[in-house]
Amino acid sequence: MTEIKADDSLDLRGVHCPINFVKTKLKLDEMASGDFLEVLLDEGDPIANVPRSVKEEGHQILKVGKAENGYYTILIEKG
Amino acid sequence: MAYSEDWIERYSRHIILSEVGGDGQQKIGNAKVLVLGAGGLGSPVALYLAAAGVGTLGIVDNDVVDLSNLQRQILHHTPDIGRPKVDSAIEKLQAINPDITVRPYRLMVDSTNILDIISDYDIVVDGTDNFPTRFLVNDACYFAKKPLVHGAILRFDGQAFTIVPDEGPCYRCIFREPPPVGSVPNCSQAGILGAVAGMIGTIQATEALKLIIGKGQTLTGRLLIVDALDMSFRQTKIRKDPDCPICGDNPTVTELVDYEWVC
Repeated sequence: MTEIKADDSLDLRGVHCPINFVKTKLKLDEMASGDFLEVLLDEGDPIANVPRSVKEEGHQILKVGKAENGYYTILIEKG
Repeated sequence: MAYSEDWIERYSRHIILSEVGGDGQQKIGNAKVLVLGAGGLGSPVALYLAAAGVGTLGIVDNDVVDLSNLQRQILHHTPDIGRPKVDSAIEKLQAINPDITVRPYRLMVDSTNILDIISDYDIVVDGTDNFPTRFLVNDACYFAKKPLVHGAILRFDGQAFTIVPDEGPCYRCIFREPPPVGSVPNCSQAGILGAVAGMIGTIQATEALKLIIGKGQTLTGRLLIVDALDMSFRQTKIRKDPDCPICGDNPTVTELVDYEWVC
């Protein structure tokens, strides 16, 4: 499988819920359908909530990866 | 990102809503809403619209704050007694949201000034307490093609209705003209449970916000009638009346009328 290159990224480590989702949503608003957005999220509530909310808005979560030091990287395809 | 951190944080609970989002919140910020009356209805209307970030809010009221107002007119606090309501209002609204512009109009609307005042606004919300003004506002908004959110309260009862000129019925499609002077209680003669003013005022604020973001179904063509004593809500479908004296096929009201005032 070929590696997908993100069109844009957001580092939302240290950003609490729901502001992390709000920022993700505003960023996705600026992007075109089919674009890829990479988002860095903290473990716990952020990784539990943000991907679900993103999916509810009609986007796809292509990948959820856990990094060594307690944060996650998710890859979103804009719907 | 083009948005400031404060803006994102302040309006985050709106932006999360798929019907609002960043675009809708920007529409709210660009909107200009005129609130007629800073009393029982105007208080919750103005407070919620200010908090929502409506960019320009006009507040029209000629009265000063009276002790008997405080039971329901939540814009005004005990130390405001004796102050013009517009002064008291502007202070509270700016405190809630310093990002918005609040324009005070310390006057009574009449046939000579209302068209000029509403011309600057996108939406009018009626929180006045008497029939002559209600008809004047309906007619002026029809002539100026401005959406109008009507609300009225008495005792435990309230009603709300949204008028979009040429899209749905107007106030005169339901009520032809003001009731005869003395036949109905108004203003100071009537009792009102304070919280009922809040119920209807918040419905009016919600309607105004829906008009701004262009989402949902407004109370256009539907008169919402609330009986808070039974806590029942019912709706009556209203059709545009071809015989309406103002928006009908052969209008007889072709200019603004100052009806007789009783209080």
